[in-house]
Amino acid sequence: MAELVKKVHYIFDKECSCREVLDKALALGPDGIVQELVDSGLRGRGGAGFLTGIKWKLAKEQQETPKYVICNADEGEPGTFKDRKILEEVPCKVLAGMALCGYTIGAKEGIIYLRGEYSYMRHELQQQIFQFTKEILGPLGLDFKISIFMGAGAYVCGEETALIESIEGERGEPRNKPPFPVQNGLFRKPTVVNNVETFASVMTVFRMGAKKYKNLGTKDQRGSKLISVSGDTPRPGVYEIELGMKLADFVREFGDGDTKAVLVGGYSGFCVPETHFETAVIGEGRPTGAAILLFNHKRSMYRVLHNILEFFAEESCGQCTPCRVGYQQLLKGIEAVKKGEKSEEYLNSLLNLTETMKITAKCGLGQSAPNFFKSIVENYREEIVY
Amino acid sequence: MTETLVHELVEKYGRKRSSLLPILQEIVRRESYLTPQAIIEVAKELDLSATEVYGVATFYSFLDVQPRGEYKIRICKSLTCDAKNKAILDELEKLLKIKVGGTTLDRRFSLLMTNCIGQCDHAPAMLVNEEVYTDITPEKVREIINYYKHKKI
Ligand SMILES: Cc1cc2nc3c(=O)[nH]c(=O)nc-3n(C[C@H](O)[C@H](O)[C@H](O)COP(=O)(O)O)c2cc1C
Ligand code: SF4
Ligand code: FES
Repeated sequence: MAELVKKVHYIFDKECSCREVLDKALALGPDGIVQELVDSGLRGRGGAGFLTGIKWKLAKEQQETPKYVICNADEGEPGTFKDRKILEEVPCKVLAGMALCGYTIGAKEGIIYLRGEYSYMRHELQQQIFQFTKEILGPLGLDFKISIFMGAGAYVCGEETALIESIEGERGEPRNKPPFPVQNGLFRKPTVVNNVETFASVMTVFRMGAKKYKNLGTKDQRGSKLISVSGDTPRPGVYEIELGMKLADFVREFGDGDTKAVLVGGYSGFCVPETHFETAVIGEGRPTGAAILLFNHKRSMYRVLHNILEFFAEESCGQCTPCRVGYQQLLKGIEAVKKGEKSEEYLNSLLNLTETMKITAKCGLGQSAPNFFKSIVENYREEIVY
Repeated sequence: MTETLVHELVEKYGRKRSSLLPILQEIVRRESYLTPQAIIEVAKELDLSATEVYGVATFYSFLDVQPRGEYKIRICKSLTCDAKNKAILDELEKLLKIKVGGTTLDRRFSLLMTNCIGQCDHAPAMLVNEEVYTDITPEKVREIINYYKHKKI
């Protein structure tokens, strides 16, 4: 198979020494570290795409103490498994990224929020933390304690404020933002929440330098990025790419020769139909989620849509009405249209409903309704109706 | 029994509100699910109302408040697995003689569905308690069930 999508090899590169990269970064001091990160253009890999350097800077400027560093390893977006791969293969980079963040913002405590589905790797990760603390933090004289907090099967807890509520022993319901966690996070103290891949990418930045890092990728998304490829593909897996790839190339390399649609960004992303493969570029414009799912012609797009809606209806925290009731109505709505109980025009009302959800829902879970719904209903209307 | 366990866990994790989830998680690990007594006990120890604790527990799908078997099988139903899990679902229902949502009469197994467990590169996938099983086939399912049937509790 010809390699059409250019891959790079930084995050899973085991040649690099966490100790050396940490040494190099620490020598810059907190201000220098923030500057380098800002210059690199690194954006968070958890979905929202906030500039990592700015996030650390804001947390650093807070006077309140203690401060906290949280690594978001809740990885609940269906089709995403890159964080699992990072924690299994290069955990040291994540721990080092967290420690560096702690040093920069003045936090002595770091917590990894690991999704319940990954309980099986907890023991190994704990061993890695012991080893890292003893062999790297100790000799460097860094006072930073890392612990693991287990999730318990709730997708919404990946949302940073819901995650914080969850650690505090509450239902994982997102808070209102602002205030943001950098000011008012865990136990109402300044907190940096970053994704697993973000911490690992911080190590890439300090290893190669901000200038070189910035030249990777597109103007909207700098650097390299991991994608999780799944669905109907003979080559599922995690790949590190420079953003800016053409979807057509991607499909030629990863499709099974019968690809009908691609879901970019996982369930909260959007669906690209065959007719648009040639023009779509991944990594321009809005930040791209980490999951890419391919569907072949054997798939019913009605079943795909139904599966996605069911997921959100189940995972809605129920705190706000547009999301709680909205997803249930969308689900019932497409079922009714399918059964012929409602006319095809009813789909237009449902499309309007998703727009309302986007405007009125409190967090991304409710707000992402129009992305996938619109792109599936508009491109596969016949499959939804008949 | 529940009382002693809760007491032991409170000693281990502390009485802070942030100890609530770790305590509930360990009860589920040891007793399969949260009985009403367990919830009441935890509430007493942490000085919370039972409703409060129940409210937290029901929020999380892995904090079972329904009676469950010793081994909770959770089959992934998200899109990559959805296209591949029919045969293993059929096999499990046949072997255990229960439907999804059910628990065997000997209280050994519960059969549940769950959302993506992050193993899509090796679909179909499932969890048995905290263990992950990937690339499963009906044949593998038979081996797995056989293993847990004979595993000493
Ligand atoms: C419903 C929902 C689920 C989310 N799930 C995750 C997740 O599993 N992992 C993650 O890192 N971020 C997730 N996020 C984004 C986080 O809220 C937050 O933006 C992120 O952890 C910040 O880290 P970053 O700046 O490194 O990307 C989710 C957001 C929403 C709205
Ligand atoms: S949008 Fe949905 S998940 Fe988010 S806070 Fe509202 S009800 Fe909860
Ligand atoms: S879809 Fe089944 S593990 Fe992700």
